[in-house]
Amino acid sequence: MPDQSTLKQLVLGRKDVQDLSDEEHALPPDLMTVNMGPSHPAMHGTVRIVLTVDGEKIVKGDVQPGYLHRCFEKESEHATYTQVFPYTDRLNYVSPMINNCGWAMAVEKVLGIYGKVPKRAEYIRVIVSEMSRMTDHLTCIGASAMELGAFTAFLYFLKAREWLYELLETVSGARLTHSYVRVGGVSKDLPAGFDASLTNCLERIDGVIAEVEGLLNNNKIFYDRMSGIGAMTKADAIASGCVGPIARACGVDYDVRRDYPYSVYPELEFDVPVGTSGDCLDRYLVRVEELKQCIRILRQCLKQIPAGPIMIDDHRVALPPKTDAYNTIESMIRHFKHIMDGIRVPAGEAYAFVEGGNGELGFFIVADGTGRPYKAYCRSPSFVHLSTSEQLIKGHLIADVVPIFGMINMIGGECDK
Amino acid sequence: MAQKVLDALTAKWADAIVRTGSAHGDEIVWVKRDSLLDVATWLRDDPAMAFDSPVFCTCIDWLDWHPTGRPPSETWTEDKPRFTVCYQLRSLAHHHRLRVEVELPEHDPRLSSLAGLWPAFNWQERETFDMYGIRFDGHPDLRRIYMYEEFIGYPLRKDYPKEKRQPLVRRDDLIDAPHKAEHK
Repeated sequence: MPDQSTLKQLVLGRKDVQDLSDEEHALPPDLMTVNMGPSHPAMHGTVRIVLTVDGEKIVKGDVQPGYLHRCFEKESEHATYTQVFPYTDRLNYVSPMINNCGWAMAVEKVLGIYGKVPKRAEYIRVIVSEMSRMTDHLTCIGASAMELGAFTAFLYFLKAREWLYELLETVSGARLTHSYVRVGGVSKDLPAGFDASLTNCLERIDGVIAEVEGLLNNNKIFYDRMSGIGAMTKADAIASGCVGPIARACGVDYDVRRDYPYSVYPELEFDVPVGTSGDCLDRYLVRVEELKQCIRILRQCLKQIPAGPIMIDDHRVALPPKTDAYNTIESMIRHFKHIMDGIRVPAGEAYAFVEGGNGELGFFIVADGTGRPYKAYCRSPSFVHLSTSEQLIKGHLIADVVPIFGMINMIGGECDK
Repeated sequence: MAQKVLDALTAKWADAIVRTGSAHGDEIVWVKRDSLLDVATWLRDDPAMAFDSPVFCTCIDWLDWHPTGRPPSETWTEDKPRFTVCYQLRSLAHHHRLRVEVELPEHDPRLSSLAGLWPAFNWQERETFDMYGIRFDGHPDLRRIYMYEEFIGYPLRKDYPKEKRQPLVRRDDLIDAPHKAEHK
């Protein structure tokens, strides 16, 4: 019969603290390698981090993306310009409308019809883009708050996001993968009664933001987990190519919508929030303020949107009206060529960029005169931001990886392309 | 707006530049491969240029280039450079943008890395290496980023078939690769 302590060791696989020898008491002095991900409940996307830790402290983190690589660029080279829209939906799948707009603008640039899209279509693009930006920020803040234990904030924000998704569904027919924008305009007009339902929705979201701010802004736990965590200096943010809310939290006063205005943004009034300390808390505050600015932009859009066509009157890019396609042979042939061969874009290269949910989202196209892009490149903000994370997590605790990754808001689809 | 940049570049770096041009609102400068690092350093540090923000780095493979509606002389032939590496830069202070392009021959696709000047190009050059097989000299950590280490070939090259599949087979010789040993 073994004595009590041996039995405990046999059953539990370890000794009691008081039974440990002095050497066993000390923590192992050598560094340890821990795998976080690729599939981890607290990581927003599928990404693997090989952490070298000294106790709980991170000495080095090797971030390895690529688990969601679906060959966006290779597939695009084999698809017509219009067929790429569904692929762009799957880049940043939290704000697909902005990706749609970015791709459409890049093609329009090479075609030489940049800025000639009808006013109404431009307004619709801005409306759906801003709604998408809101869904992006709502998801980012909500999910990050949940990972820090604030489950109520998550539920409130996801509820608000669902209202926006429902509205976008009435616009495009799909809840998440909209494929709504087309080269030269948008695929269909806004549904009847959209104005009233969006106004109503914005009012309710105003309330939800106030509720969540009440829950989080003065929450000691949330504040302590976010403040001073993952801070980045302004110079580092610029040199690392950071854009969007992350750069603005560091004090970089840059917003594509204001600095390289596109679409109808010059006609709209909005502020660009800028942070000071560049830590996770500032990233959160900048995103909340941007949500409010989105609401402001949307309200102006609803007031200013003119009536008129939603597609450019240019037979190179616009499909013929259905009545013509069914009744005249010329229009039918045009329709057929348009669908099968795609929009013929003259040879050339162009880079078009928009302010995405996470910052400057750009498309670089090389066209060779056929209906398919010769090269399509996506400048994804998530990829650039993720590359800074190795520096951001260094020196922090393992538990801090969660808020840092939450606020970087890496979207796997966009990062891995 | 950025025509000033192109003029300044031609004035100062006449020997290092192949040509300059503008397309669809983007200013482009084609730089000789050996001078890239010098020109890029000047672009970053000169106060009138101040290109502090890196935007993207990618590559174009001209292997299948038969543009329609253009003279046949523009079609790619073996005596022309096969790759063009593009660096897009932006200046926060002056609001101008510039694309620096470097043409590379098929059999020696290498150029100096700009990751030391702009850290953002660290991962972007890794991506370009992964997808196109461009070697960046002086890059601190040039290894694949999207594809797995066992992957053979460069998927975005025009001669890589779209439908080609590669089963992932573990290779023992990669287990002790230098960057892995470092974590042990």
